[in-house]
Amino acid sequence: MSNPPTELLPTATNKSGTRSAGAPTARGRTGIARILLGRDTVIIYALVVFIIYAALFIPRFASPVSTGFLLLDVIPALLIALPMTLIIITGEIDLSVASIAGLTSALMGVLWAAGLDIGLVLIVSLLAGVLAGAFNGLLVAVLGLPSLAVTIGTLALFRGLALVVIGDNAVANFPPPLTSFFTSKLGGTGIPTVMIGVVLVAIIFGVVLHLTPFGRGLFALGYSKEAAIFVGIKVVRAKFWLYVASGSVSALAGIYWTLRYSSARSDNASGLELTVIAAVLLGGVSIFGGKGSIPGAIAGVLLIGTINFTLRLGRISDVVLIIVTGTLLIASVVAPSIIDGITKWLHTRRHRRTLPQASASGATRATASGVQEGK
Amino acid sequence: MTIGTSPPDTAATAMRRTSGGLASVLRLRELPVTLALIALVALTYLANPLFLGQQGMKDLLLNATIVIILAVGQAMVIITRNVDLSVGSILGIVAFSTGTLFVAVPGIPIVLIFLAGMALGALLGSVNGFLVTVAKVPSLVITLGTLYIYRGLNNAWAGGTQYFAGDRPDSFGALSVDTIAGFPLITLIAIVVVIIVAIFMASTRPGRDLYAIGSDPEAAKLFGIPVIRRVLLAFLSNGVLAGLAGVLYASRFNSVGATTGTGLEFDIIAAAVVGGVAIFGGSGTVVGAAIGALLLTTITSALAAIRVDKFWQQAIVGLLILAAIVIDRITRIRTAKKLRRSEARDV
Repeated sequence: MSNPPTELLPTATNKSGTRSAGAPTARGRTGIARILLGRDTVIIYALVVFIIYAALFIPRFASPVSTGFLLLDVIPALLIALPMTLIIITGEIDLSVASIAGLTSALMGVLWAAGLDIGLVLIVSLLAGVLAGAFNGLLVAVLGLPSLAVTIGTLALFRGLALVVIGDNAVANFPPPLTSFFTSKLGGTGIPTVMIGVVLVAIIFGVVLHLTPFGRGLFALGYSKEAAIFVGIKVVRAKFWLYVASGSVSALAGIYWTLRYSSARSDNASGLELTVIAAVLLGGVSIFGGKGSIPGAIAGVLLIGTINFTLRLGRISDVVLIIVTGTLLIASVVAPSIIDGITKWLHTRRHRRTLPQASASGATRATASGVQEGK
Repeated sequence: MTIGTSPPDTAATAMRRTSGGLASVLRLRELPVTLALIALVALTYLANPLFLGQQGMKDLLLNATIVIILAVGQAMVIITRNVDLSVGSILGIVAFSTGTLFVAVPGIPIVLIFLAGMALGALLGSVNGFLVTVAKVPSLVITLGTLYIYRGLNNAWAGGTQYFAGDRPDSFGALSVDTIAGFPLITLIAIVVVIIVAIFMASTRPGRDLYAIGSDPEAAKLFGIPVIRRVLLAFLSNGVLAGLAGVLYASRFNSVGATTGTGLEFDIIAAAVVGGVAIFGGSGTVVGAAIGALLLTTITSALAAIRVDKFWQQAIVGLLILAAIVIDRITRIRTAKKLRRSEARDV
């Protein structure tokens, strides 16, 4: 659902522009207010509030063990959410991420079982992710096919290839030093050692998106493809590399998944794509493209992860969790449009009261312009 | 579009019209998928004649039935340039409620079971439609949310409970065992559904409106089409069909529980896309979607029949989806070129 909105955008802005000329300038926030009141910032507040609440009222939450398990659980979603944020900002989507992770995992298992050196296994698996991403990029960016449909196709294809590679076997005997490294913690903090790598990847994506011309270009691209082409953004190349990045990071997530659970199976990480997309959208990234931030997306993932974890600590079943995930997602997207509707309604009501002949003046303006066109 | 505009041109248009018979068949969006299905069935039959034996045919149709009904509903939604990811969850909740109803109300007439399932589906589908149209949030996001919520409700309701075929009357299970002229009863239900919805989409005002909305929502609104009502109708119909599929699922399969129908959403969208329904709306037919569903489910049986490793099935499905998208793009470019040429001639 990426192209139509961009097509619709010009008419939409036109309409609001003619309906109430003063409104957009009045509503647009600038400077610090914009940062402090943005959709993504609100999710960060929600995350902080929730963590404080959980630390105070949920027994055993504020402990290194909890932190460790919580982070170990969210790392795959956290990793994949980073490229997903960039892709959704450009107005595209990648549903094949979890399948790429599964394919990587299956490859790792087969290659390791075949007796290859573990270093080589990791490199080949990562390369498979890069290639899978490049394949998506070729179809979406170069051939210009709709990403929603294409990545549903590659979702089936990559998961299918994982099955072809490993069947219904599972490989579990990865080298213990490696698997224990992936669950090891930094001293007594409970923070997993792998988090260092995850934070590095997050910083790279954050810097690329928010502090480079390339990143600003992605926002422009999501907001209006035509405009982005006119200002000289290399649309095809940008999108292609985003899909390559998405494939690579998904492969990293697949490798992590395999070594963390010490199990290579074809159905590893299945269904993760929806969790990641839900978290990213919750974090304030607009599905229409053009809006969103890395901190917001991270907060979205962490918020869902933390709620999940506390519910489990409180012995509340996963059942409630998925209801909470769904409700949060819908509430976070529906609330802005409800608020929007209310402010618009208040605005028109105020205008009707203060300017009783508003409609009349509008009519004369319309006829005047009509006369001009007639000439 | 040229007919009747300029009298001297009639000879040319008549010529174009006579050649239209074959050409229009060749232009059919359902053609590639139909050919693929015929080729698949024919090749598999040559390799293993048992494939089209009585039992083979019956299994083929039974496996396809539920996916066909879901794909028809999904096609209606996709044609309006929307999507419904929550169908698997709706199916699950309805299938479980069917099991519950049979246990809670012994001797309940089967007709009532169908009506109750479809009503529940209609309710869940219209919640989707309501959120999409009133809150003006993309359906992808809304139905991703309701996918989780409906599944969660199903989990909360079912817990560890499962209902098995033994809990249901034999006459209900017989729906997916008994056949008329080789067709299982539930497949006949699916065929009736396809015919009704196909007629609705092809030749009624609201049906055509769905296409108009999908090809250009803004223009549809300017033209005076009640966009909100029509999109709601599409989601509601999809809910009803998912509900029907849920009831049939309970008849066809042994157990229904908390996870029934999980992960079905992409298979259904894939069936519609393979059947020539464009993911951005405005084109495709429900018959195509039904054939797409039949093709995707047939592949599984065909691979088993020719003893290909069953693990290849999903990869082949993926390739088919990609092929369908590429074919769609090529025909679209061709039509655009043809339109441009014919317009240039008319000027």
